[in-house]
Amino acid sequence: MTAQLLFFYFGGMAVAGAVVAVFTPNLVYSALSLLMTFIHIAGIYILLNAEFIAAVQIIVYAGAILVTYVFVLMLFNPEQEKRYFHKQYKIGAFLGAVVLFLMVFAGFKTEILSKGGPFTVEYVEEIGHTRAIGNALFTDFIFPFEIASFILLVAMFGAIILAGRGIKKPKGPGGRVDLSSRRKAKEAIVGER
Amino acid sequence: MTPIMPDIQLIAIFPESILAIFACALFVMDPFIARDKKEQLGYFSLAGLCVSGVSTLFLWGKSISTFSGMIALDNYALFFKTLFLMISALIILMSIRYIKIERINLGEYYGLILFATIGMMFMPSATDLLSFYLSLELMSMSLYVLAAFMRKDPKSIEGGIKYFLTGVFSSGLILYGVAFLFGATGTTNLGEIAAFLQENGVTSSLSLIMAFVLLITGFGFKISAVPFHMWAPDVYEGSPTPVTAFLSAGSKAAAFSVMLRVFINAFALSSGNWWPVLWVIAVLTMTLGNLVALVQTNMKRLLAYSSIAHAGYLMIGLITASQIGYAAILIYLVGYVFMTLGAFTLIILLCSANMKGDQISDFKGLARTNPMLGLVFIIFALSLIGIPPSAGFVGKLYLFNSAIQGGFYWLAIIGILNSVVSLYYYFRVVQVMYMDEPNAGTVLSFSPTLKVALGITAFLTLFLGLYPEPIIKAAIDSVQIFL
Repeated sequence: MTAQLLFFYFGGMAVAGAVVAVFTPNLVYSALSLLMTFIHIAGIYILLNAEFIAAVQIIVYAGAILVTYVFVLMLFNPEQEKRYFHKQYKIGAFLGAVVLFLMVFAGFKTEILSKGGPFTVEYVEEIGHTRAIGNALFTDFIFPFEIASFILLVAMFGAIILAGRGIKKPKGPGGRVDLSSRRKAKEAIVGER
Repeated sequence: MTPIMPDIQLIAIFPESILAIFACALFVMDPFIARDKKEQLGYFSLAGLCVSGVSTLFLWGKSISTFSGMIALDNYALFFKTLFLMISALIILMSIRYIKIERINLGEYYGLILFATIGMMFMPSATDLLSFYLSLELMSMSLYVLAAFMRKDPKSIEGGIKYFLTGVFSSGLILYGVAFLFGATGTTNLGEIAAFLQENGVTSSLSLIMAFVLLITGFGFKISAVPFHMWAPDVYEGSPTPVTAFLSAGSKAAAFSVMLRVFINAFALSSGNWWPVLWVIAVLTMTLGNLVALVQTNMKRLLAYSSIAHAGYLMIGLITASQIGYAAILIYLVGYVFMTLGAFTLIILLCSANMKGDQISDFKGLARTNPMLGLVFIIFALSLIGIPPSAGFVGKLYLFNSAIQGGFYWLAIIGILNSVVSLYYYFRVVQVMYMDEPNAGTVLSFSPTLKVALGITAFLTLFLGLYPEPIIKAAIDSVQIFL
């Protein structure tokens, strides 16, 4: 009973934080309400007996990632966003509702056909949580672990490249700077259609 | 307590490991190489691809499953690995001059292509939902950056952002499908999923249906099947042309390679009743792709719609769910890759300092001033339509044949009608090349590497049409694993 109440508290606060993060026009509030979501998700992990993941969640998400967000806000100093409705918001809302319905429906209807996996409560109690994760990570999941590191490497290179290392502007005469004329040509084509 | 030993056989990922070493070395070397000598890095990555390719050939015939069932090395995987290495080598050959003209000659360009290739090469050998998803992400992540590589060109940025958003969205859908599959079966290993479903006699549980729908939607985005194709034309138009070629050849082939494994192994496609969904998507994809291609004026958009149509043809093999259908997909993909890359090479050829060269009108009179180019384009066009003697004809022959053998007569008929429609827009370009007066001031940016790429693609497109036996044999060998 207590666990259930706690679950609803953590779950509700996580969702509320996410909603505020999306809807508030002030980016600092948005970042801080994201912090609320992260911490409450860590609470749900604790309820699931996954203390290690809960700790990682707080250190990595609430600690590192959120601090990065706040740094970006500080360096960028973006203006407050104006809220507006996209012209296709009705379609978006409809599709969102359908997806939400499907998720809830599936959540209630999903039969778990399988038996449990190897990580039973007894097993975890015997060798400890962190060790169980470590064992799994460096034996069965060594390949995904290594590939994930490559993905992060590529993401890092990508961020550096797109942030603009060493791409020179096209020079004036001689270089191809006819962006506007290209656009005009495109408009003409669109007009023809 | 005894230490637990991981199940690792490095031989199974040997070609990728070599490529990864080359890619990392390339990023280290990059700062020491002057801006106008970056093509050296291109040659360096070509060397990496060659070494990796040779090691792949030595592995042919082996059958290994390692990394706790995450990765399998079999003929099927090796078939695709060889294909991806060839695609990547051709892309680098056609990029070397182009990225100089577009002033994006950074060393990272080649490094990202290598990383994308590594992701692609892992995809056909992934036998676990987790390893397949991460390989897919490695490929996609590199391609997102490559698509937006022309940072000063608004269209490239637009394409990159669009590709990123749709890509992330579709990855999310795939992941959601994976979650359902895992929830239903309790394992992510494809073989174990199939075994579990067979053991328990599960054919249509709700979780399974959800997983199938979500996975087919996610893959639909990746292979740009209708109605998930909207991103393709914009991204293809905006990206640097070699990257467009990479997207349409490499990423599509990779998505198909992994689709076959997931749908055949895990879902037991041949026994289920999944085909009506795929049938509708395939027919829509072929028809819409070909019809919209008719009105395009931009060559890259035209090829984008043509590649959408080709995804529709390829799905025929998946629907028939037979040995010959799977082999047909492999055969068709080989032909498709070379003819598409060839067609993109011609666009790259037209790109010069004062012209972007991606409009159909830029092709005016090209065959008059340069008859050889006209001839080469006719080869590609014939192959893209599926007229003998070309690689595209052999592929289509096998695909439609598999449809007829499987009793899908309407599918074959619609496919053939679509091929007839496609004749119009490919030959419109040929007509422009032969009948119209040449444009004044068209400069062709020939370079030795580009000539090599054009030669290889044209030769293989023609050669595989005249003598397809080796490819057919290799494809049939490869799909033995699905028996």
